[in-house]
Formats: sequence, C-alpha cells, structure tokens
Amino acid sequence: MMARVAQSLKNIEWIAPWMRLFKGENPKEQLNAIIRGIGVPVLAFVVFLWIWDASASRVETSLGTVPGPSQVWHQAQGLWDEHVAEREKADAFYLRQEERNAKKLAKNPDAETKWRDYHGRPTYIDQIFTSLYTVFAGFVLAVAIAVPIGILCGLSPTMYTAINPLIQIFKPVSPLAWLPIVTMVVSAVYVSDDPLFEKSFVNSAITVTLCCMWPTLVNTIVGVSGLDKDLINVSQVLRLPWFTKVRKVVLPFAVPMIFTGMRLSLGVGWMVLIAAEMLAQNPGLGKFVWDEFQNGSSNSLGRIMVAVLTIGFIGFILDRIMLSVQKAVSWDKSSVVR
Amino acid sequence: MSAEHLIIDHISIEFDSPKGKFKALDNVNLKIRRGEFVSLIGHSGCGKSTVLNIVAGLLQSTEGGVVLEGKEVNEPGPERAVVFQNHSLLPWLTAYENVELAVKQVFKGRKSRKEMREWIEHNLRLVHMEHAMYKKPSEISGGMKQRVGIARALAMEPTVLLMDEPFGALDALTRSHLQDSLMEIQRDLKNTVIMITHDVDEAVLLSDRIVMMTNGPAATIGEVLDVDLPRPRYRLELADDVHYNHLRAEVLRFLHERHSKTDVQSNSEVKQAAKTEEKKGAGADRKAA
Ligand SMILES: Nc1ncnc2c1ncn2[C@@H]1O[C@H](COP(=O)(O)OP(=O)(O)OP(=O)(O)O)[C@@H](O)[C@H]1O
Ligand SMILES: [Mg+2]
Repeated sequence: MMARVAQSLKNIEWIAPWMRLFKGENPKEQLNAIIRGIGVPVLAFVVFLWIWDASASRVETSLGTVPGPSQVWHQAQGLWDEHVAEREKADAFYLRQEERNAKKLAKNPDAETKWRDYHGRPTYIDQIFTSLYTVFAGFVLAVAIAVPIGILCGLSPTMYTAINPLIQIFKPVSPLAWLPIVTMVVSAVYVSDDPLFEKSFVNSAITVTLCCMWPTLVNTIVGVSGLDKDLINVSQVLRLPWFTKVRKVVLPFAVPMIFTGMRLSLGVGWMVLIAAEMLAQNPGLGKFVWDEFQNGSSNSLGRIMVAVLTIGFIGFILDRIMLSVQKAVSWDKSSVVR
Repeated sequence: MSAEHLIIDHISIEFDSPKGKFKALDNVNLKIRRGEFVSLIGHSGCGKSTVLNIVAGLLQSTEGGVVLEGKEVNEPGPERAVVFQNHSLLPWLTAYENVELAVKQVFKGRKSRKEMREWIEHNLRLVHMEHAMYKKPSEISGGMKQRVGIARALAMEPTVLLMDEPFGALDALTRSHLQDSLMEIQRDLKNTVIMITHDVDEAVLLSDRIVMMTNGPAATIGEVLDVDLPRPRYRLELADDVHYNHLRAEVLRFLHERHSKTDVQSNSEVKQAAKTEEKKGAGADRKAA
C-alpha cells in the first residue's frame, strides 16, 4: 500500500525530485531539478508582479488607481483578519450560550435549554468553502449523469447518433443563458417547507452541472468506443453478462479517458460557478465579487483582485489534484498525462 | 460420442464491402475428431482467421454451419476458448486476475472460492507462469503474455481450443519453448485444438492433421495432410527424420508451388496482406534451404 502511494506520488513531477533528495539519490542532480521545477516559475511570477505593479498605478478608475500587488496583499490580510475576528465572535457567542445553559441547568435540572446557531456575516473564507461545496455538488451530479450516458453512447452507435446532436447543441451554451431557465424550473419544481438546500445553491450547482458535464460525456464516449475489438471478443467468448462486461472490461478500459474528461469538467465547472453565483446570489466567491463591485468602496478593487487570484489558485489546485488522480487511475503507464 | 466431434459443414461467408459482396470463404468442409490437433495453414488473407472466428461464434457464416457435439454453434462461448494472436489480456488486471475473470465466469456456482483459486494457480503452473502470477501484462514479456492467454483459455476447460497464430509474434526460441509446453499440455489434457499458423515446422511438429487452404477470395480447403509421426515428438530428433522432412516438404510444395501468392495479386484487398506474406515466405524459404 505504502509502495503504491509512493509510486503514485512519484508520478507527480514536482514531488519526484524531493522524494529522491530525501532518499539521498544524487543530491546535486535533484537540486538542479528542483531549481528548474520551482526556480524558473518563481522567477516568472516575480517578473509578472513587477509588470503588474508598474502598470497598475497608471490606471485611474472611479474607485481610485488600480491596486498593485502590495495593496492586494494588504486586502488579503484584511479579509483574513475579518475572518479571524468573526470566528472569535462566534466562539464567544457559543461560550456565552453554554454558560447560560449550564447555569439554568444548575438551578433547575429539568429546565429547557435553548440552543441557537450563530448567524454572523459569511466571511471571505466561508465564501470560498461555499463555492467549493457548490462546485463539487454540481460536478458530482455532472459526472453521475455523464458517465452512464457516455458508456451507453460509446457502446451503442444508435444511442450515439441519437445523442450526439444534442451534445453539439448544448455544449457551447453559456452559464448565463442556462441560469434563468434553471432558476425558473427550480423555483417551480423544488418546493418544500424545509428545504435541505438553499435555492440559490441548487440553482448554481445545476447550472454548473449543465455546463460542465460535456467534457466528461464526450471523453467517456470516445474512451468507451475505442474499446479494443480483441477485448470485446474476449468478453463475448466468456459470455460475460452485459453488466459484468461494463464493470470489468468497458469501464476500466475507459477510466483514463473518463478521468481526463472529469478533469476538464471540473475546470469548466469552477470557471462557470463564479458567473452562476454572481447571478444566482449564491453565497460564494461570485457573490463576493458582485457585492464588492456594487459596494464600490476604495477597497473594492483590491478585494476583487484577491478574489481573482483566489479563484485562479483554487482552480490550479483542483486541476493538480485531478491530474494526480488521473495518473493514479491510468492503467496505461506508458501514456504521458499532463 | 461419435467420431464426428466438431463438424465444419460447408461454410461460406460473404462480407459487405464498398464494392459489393466479398466472398471470403467458399464451401469449407472439415470434420475433426475429439482430441485431434489440427493446423490451418495458408497464405495471408486467405481466410484462416475467418474460419476460426466462425467456429468461435464471433462471425456468422452466410451458408453452412458449425456443429459441436451435435449442437449447432451460433454464438461465442467458453467451451470454444480462443487464444488470440495478440494475447488480448486485460491490461489493468494481473495475470492471475485475467485467468480469474474467465474462471469466475465459467465455474460460477460450480467451484468454491478455494477450488477456483487452486484451479487458477494450477493453470498458470501448466504454462510455467507461477512466478509472475501477480504481474500486469505491461510488466511481463510477449511470450509470458501469450502463456497467460493460453492459461486463460485452458482454465475455461474448453471442448475445443482455438488458437489464432498463438506464437506468431514471438522469437524463435520462445516459440519453441511454448510449442513444447503446448505439446505437453495437449498430451495430458487431450483437448481438441484448431491452430492457425504460418510456420511450416510448427504445423508439422504439433499437428495430427494439417489443413492447407487455397488463396482467397472464395478460399477453401486445398489439401489435408495427415501427420502420422509418433508421439511424443522431439524437435531435435525429428530434424533428421526422413518422414518428417518429407511432410514438411509436402506443405512447402503446396504453399509455394501450387498456391503461390501470384494468383492472389488480382484481388486488391489481399495485396496489403501479401506484403507481409512476402516476408514470411522468405523466412520459410530460408528454413527450407
Ligand atoms: N470483417 C470483415 N469485413 C470485410 N472483409 C473481411 C473481414 N474480415 C476479413 N475480411 C476479408 O476476408 C479475407 C480473409 O481474412 P482473414 O483475416 O481470415 O485472413 P487470414 O488468413 O487470417 O490472414 P492472416 O494470415 O494475415 O491473418 C481477407 O481478404 C479480408 O480482407
Ligand atoms: Mg488471421
């Protein structure tokens, strides 16, 4: 098990030299590799910051000059401090509540105690997690729809000819076009007195699903329909029942392609989510950007830029995670996955 | 059981091609006894694989049919196990798991888990693969993959074992090792075997009968040669055996004199295949010299 984990870690190019370094394998070469792997990108990033800094101060907007890296950093710290302060408030609130209840119980063991949740303003960090949560919900739903349909289409040419035009038509539709429809449908269909999820959350998640299922669907179809004729023959000779065939032969064969599709899907989903949240007013990074824009204080531009960088960074991390998963599940170790 | 164990009964097949119907096989007729080892030999593209696939049930003949133990064959099944030319192992499963997939399917409900495990291991041992049971196909050599493919087919306990150029892609040394293993296994299990080969020596060494096919299109059986060499056969002893060399020469004569590939040139579909054959033909000539 450990060996397997180590093996899949080794597949991640920027970890490999570190691992070798710790094992004491030719330290000089590993250091070189690390410098090439990390030093060059860091240098490029520094150059980028410098250009940003130099050009930002020249643009004057109605909200002041465009903030440079240091102002943005300052805003990021401000957002973090707000988050910490809010958490302390929440902790204090719960502490007080507990004390109150304890006192009540001490006086009268049968007393009814009340428990209230703290309803503070969602902080920036909360909003990041809401966004992640939403995008995952949409993504999981997309995969759950796309993979089975993709397998059916990949196995049956008739299904494929039936579904392909629909894919081609719906694939390029922007989230902004889906959202009004989704909103109307959700408010018509999703009616309950005690909803498990917020409507705004459902709207954004479904919009994400509609926009991000296509890469997974297309890749699943391509992966499944590429199934080796020989492997089909094997499953025929064995008289594998349809479901066993799918589980033991088709699915494993297509898994690398499916994961390639899922990685693309998650990327699209994350991109689309921000737009969806802006419009659906789902508490997340998109809403944060929108609120700041409406707010129009002197801090707004800086805060929006923090959001932009956060979105980019999280997108990057998500992609790396998916890449590692993709490499780990790929049985064709000779293929290059990047 | 009657002597007529497997009957290939006047089969013909037509493929749809852009230029209309293409008749690949015409009236192929063959009766095979239980436990018999039959080789199919013929020029590339003549339709050997097609015959085998019809027996396997992977293709349907247009006319005629295949009868195994009194029952007509019309779909694939594990009682007619196939060893494919390029091993066809599932690349994400280990050797053991590849055989297991077949065993679980065939012996579901008939063998306990422990019995299945023993049976899988037994079959891998038969082909001398016990040391690499838990390796994936990408981690073992071509010859080893082919062994696992054979183990998988044997593990299905087939009535008929169908092999499409099982050793075609292997080097001469590995090939002769596998031929020896196959002879051993065949001696013990007495399966009925149909094997396609391009290698005249292989055909004579292994077979009870060699079926030589004419060139396509509309290929059929040209000649059937009985190989009445006593078993067990040892390749080194046979090398100087007069009768062995006579049989070899018979096959070569059939392939190179009466049905040389020049007849085929008219059929554009076969041209591509003929190129490969040229190489193989050259190899056979060298050996004949
Ligand atoms: N599915 C198919 N559709 C159309 N034509 C086919 C099909 N399968 C085979 N053929 C044709 O039938 C002929 C016989 O093919 P087959 O694969 O049986 O040859 P073969 O003797 O096995 O050749 P080789 O020794 O090269 O494997 C060829 O001319 C081939 O083009
Ligand atoms: Mg063939």
